[in-house]
Amino acid sequence: MKKLILSTAALALSAGFALADTVRMGTEGAYAPWNFINDAGEVDGFERELGDELCKRAELECTWVTNEWDSIIPNLVSGNYDTIIAGMSITAERDEVIDFTQAYTPPDPSAYVALSADVDPAGGIVAAQAATIQAGFIAAQGWTLVEFATPEETVAAVRSGEADAVLADKSFLDTVVGSDGLVMLERMEQIGGGVGMGVRESDGELKATFDAAIQSMKDDGTLNALITKWEVASTF
Amino acid sequence: MFQYCADPETLEGFKWLSCYLTTGKHMNFYWSFLTVLALLAITAPTALAFGFFGATAARSPVPPLRWLGKAYTSIVRGVPDIAFFLFFVIALDQGFEWMRHQVICPDWSEPIRQGNDFLVCPEAKLPLSTSPQWIHEVYGFFLAVLTFAIVFGAFAANVLFGAMRAVPRGQIETAEAYGMSHRQAFWRVLVPQMWMYALPGLGNLWMILIKATPLLFLLGVEDIVYWARELGGTVNARFTAYPHGDWRMWYFLALLVFYLGFTRVSEIAIERLNRRLLKGQAIAGGGS
Repeated sequence: MKKLILSTAALALSAGFALADTVRMGTEGAYAPWNFINDAGEVDGFERELGDELCKRAELECTWVTNEWDSIIPNLVSGNYDTIIAGMSITAERDEVIDFTQAYTPPDPSAYVALSADVDPAGGIVAAQAATIQAGFIAAQGWTLVEFATPEETVAAVRSGEADAVLADKSFLDTVVGSDGLVMLERMEQIGGGVGMGVRESDGELKATFDAAIQSMKDDGTLNALITKWEVASTF
Repeated sequence: MFQYCADPETLEGFKWLSCYLTTGKHMNFYWSFLTVLALLAITAPTALAFGFFGATAARSPVPPLRWLGKAYTSIVRGVPDIAFFLFFVIALDQGFEWMRHQVICPDWSEPIRQGNDFLVCPEAKLPLSTSPQWIHEVYGFFLAVLTFAIVFGAFAANVLFGAMRAVPRGQIETAEAYGMSHRQAFWRVLVPQMWMYALPGLGNLWMILIKATPLLFLLGVEDIVYWARELGGTVNARFTAYPHGDWRMWYFLALLVFYLGFTRVSEIAIERLNRRLLKGQAIAGGGS
């Protein structure tokens, strides 16, 4: 009987360890080049490659999950996945709800795209994705803001004339300028504090693990190489 | 998929399209049609069962049961679908995990609610975080079926409640005069006859259920509308072998055809069923 109890205890313990090793990575899958769904229907992009490398270094087994941007934080805190790796800028407001690892891209300016180069965003209607730093910025300026659930729709709003300009990360807008007469404005906005991985506040261990893995990628230059390859941001 | 798809840039016209429409991403899109159809096929009978219990409970002579039935139909019908789908599913999921937590890890000392976080012991998570992705998807699908069944069951309960009352009182009295018990009269006389009165209302609900399936995405199930939006969006040549502009209109047009076709087929089926149920009934339109 005692043996039985011991072996069940051992089994429970080993199961506990096995469980800790699988990390579910939550992303949006609609924000090229950061994260997107490729032709094969799988998550791809800068963050896919980065995440896989981080997991390899931290010796974790990772699976990828896509979730709508709007509910990406609530689903993290209720435990449907363990990290957010979705081009999410580190802000004080988000930091109250979740924790962030150290940034894996430096703070970069956000850019505007419009149908002509002489559009003044301050006097017009600006599109942004809901619940982003860009939407928060426009609202704080008191300009006219139209919000959309997906990045694709914000650009479509400019094409259709519903909005005069769209404000988003420069690397994302780089993928759309040049098509359909879209041009980037010279004006940039210095907002956001770099992009980091979101983890639950109670998950200090996972945060430390990823912090160390990001640091090791920073130190040996692989992170900069990855940033350059995907053209997502400036390098460290 | 096809041999000649290896280098899409060199392809043109029909060949390009045949390669484009058979990418892994498109396969996910086609698969999502099956998901939606499977959801409807499972949800409709489940919701009907919920409705039947709701209706029988609401007309029960036992007061607590009656209150339960009435409360279910009036509360669920009164809450907006979108609020129900956003709030209820997370609550349901957390409820399941909480119950498992109580059973599996009774010695767990840390609090489950830590600030914003909801933390049960790893063994109580549903599904386990080590489970493969398909189990997570099946679980999400199951939550979706349950939520749809609860919402549409409440409406069905109301329809069936009305239908049970519409069966002429004389029919029951006759049955009882023949010596049938309450239960026998209910199953042999009332239930077979109520469907005729219930069908128009249930048919309506079926149509609404078909149109409500895009709510699936709120539940984390990737449905046809999600994939249509994803596939139709502009893609830059840097990220795909098949770059194209904003094609969402075409994808949504395909969805329009699908939904219209599906509701039309349903209408015909409901009409046939109705004619069958009316056969031999002693009311206007029946008897033929």
